Amino acid sequence: MVRMENVTKVYDSSGTVALDSISLDIEEGEFVFLMGPSGSGKTTIVKLITGEIKANSGKVIVNDFDLTKIRRGKLPKMRRTLGVVFQDYRLIEDMTVYDNVAFAMRVVGAPGREIAKRVPYVLDLVGLEGRERRLPRELSGGEQQRVAIARALVNSPRMIIADEPTGNLDPVRSLELMLLLEKINEMGTTVVVVTHEKDLVDALGRRVITIDNGKVMSDGMDGVYSYEIE
Amino acid sequence: MGYTAMRLSRGGYLIREGFRSIKTHSFMSFATVTIIMACLIIMGSISLLSLNIDALIDDLENQNEMVAYVDEKLSEEQARELEQKLLSLDNVQDVEFVTRKEAMDNYFSKFDDYVKEGIDEEVFRHRYVIHLVDIAFMADTKAQLENIEGVGDVLAHQDYADAFVTIRNIVSIVSLVLTVILVFVSIFIMTNTIKLATFGRREEIGIMKMVGATNAFIRLPFIVEGMVLGILGGGLGYLVQWGLYSLLAGRLMGTLTGSFITLVPFSTVALPLLIIYLGLGVFVGVFGALNAIRNYLKV
Repeated sequence: MVRMENVTKVYDSSGTVALDSISLDIEEGEFVFLMGPSGSGKTTIVKLITGEIKANSGKVIVNDFDLTKIRRGKLPKMRRTLGVVFQDYRLIEDMTVYDNVAFAMRVVGAPGREIAKRVPYVLDLVGLEGRERRLPRELSGGEQQRVAIARALVNSPRMIIADEPTGNLDPVRSLELMLLLEKINEMGTTVVVVTHEKDLVDALGRRVITIDNGKVMSDGMDGVYSYEIE
Repeated sequence: MGYTAMRLSRGGYLIREGFRSIKTHSFMSFATVTIIMACLIIMGSISLLSLNIDALIDDLENQNEMVAYVDEKLSEEQARELEQKLLSLDNVQDVEFVTRKEAMDNYFSKFDDYVKEGIDEEVFRHRYVIHLVDIAFMADTKAQLENIEGVGDVLAHQDYADAFVTIRNIVSIVSLVLTVILVFVSIFIMTNTIKLATFGRREEIGIMKMVGATNAFIRLPFIVEGMVLGILGGGLGYLVQWGLYSLLAGRLMGTLTGSFITLVPFSTVALPLLIIYLGLGVFVGVFGALNAIRNYLKV
């Protein structure tokens, strides 16, 4: 879950106010779309949740970790409760599909036997069975993003955050990917999807939080994207 | 048991990762090893040159003798009894007693026989030829020798001694300064080379951080990599240095046969040099790797 209370973030280098006293709650098991135009503050929210940056004021609590007070050494523990998916997939080019996913388990010290059991299961779940030995460049964009989702999912995180996951995909692949995230959510994982694709959001009919100019402009449970982006 | 097995498999994984990275980034690995090698060879060459100059000066110093003339009133037996007193001085390395007769024969050996006609050996005095431990203290030792009862005059080439001491000091300072500068230059170059090698892997480090890897876990493969590259650079540098030195020594010995110059044999410095090369290689490799990834770990 995510709890943000009166969070303000100003970037030192440019003096830009990315978030202006924002508050929002995402409960355990929810599926939430975070929407807004470019530069609205969506990515800043993702970076605050993953602990990449710190808020100037306010409170950020993610999966019971208070990120405004967390010590640097505790960040890895918090990050193990999250799975992050990026628009550009961020796969390791010289590793096979299997190794890209297993890598995430290895770096948190999972035993080999558990890796051998879990990785094929997750690859199967995201529809990549039979692709284990391929390199990322041998896959389509949609398949690469599924590898990224498998990697985010493999350590059984409490929450998956996907930052513009469909940005590089065509509409059909985008919908397939959203349905996959929905399936993962149905299995109990909280899913937060950052996007600006109105049609997809409307198709899924889930909670939509709209951000613009660093503020929450709307927060609707009706699954309709009601705030008009310029 | 399970925990130990997990730690072992993790350790094995991290070491494998280090080697995988060397293989994957083979060109950068090659560049790093070459640079470590080149810097160590330059440093090693300067040190070996300085070592040889030092040895040469030592040799020349040993040939710079002092002569202590024994009081002419003393008999040969009494003169020989002085030997222990002379040897008891700290800076005296060895002494050689020369009788009047030997001194005379030695002196006249350079001239035709008619020169010595009518000259008696009594004209000469018994004497000691003395070699010093350190010619820098020649003046002090000369004064101490002159204070020994039974020793008459002491002949010492103070000007030669001063010249040797000055040369040795200059060589020591120059080689020390050059070595220190080169160590810094090497670390700078190597850090930057490894930085280039890790630049392409900032994504990988970012992914590791994002899935919850600790900094220590991320560093370890880089430390392994730096260590392996350092050992390779140090080891290969050592072998090349050995080859070059032996080749040079062979050539020099060939052209300088009979001259007073002899090079320090490589075997006498082989082990310390190997330890220094490997140690410096590992230090620079690991230090360079840690320094290079420092910025990527801040996220």
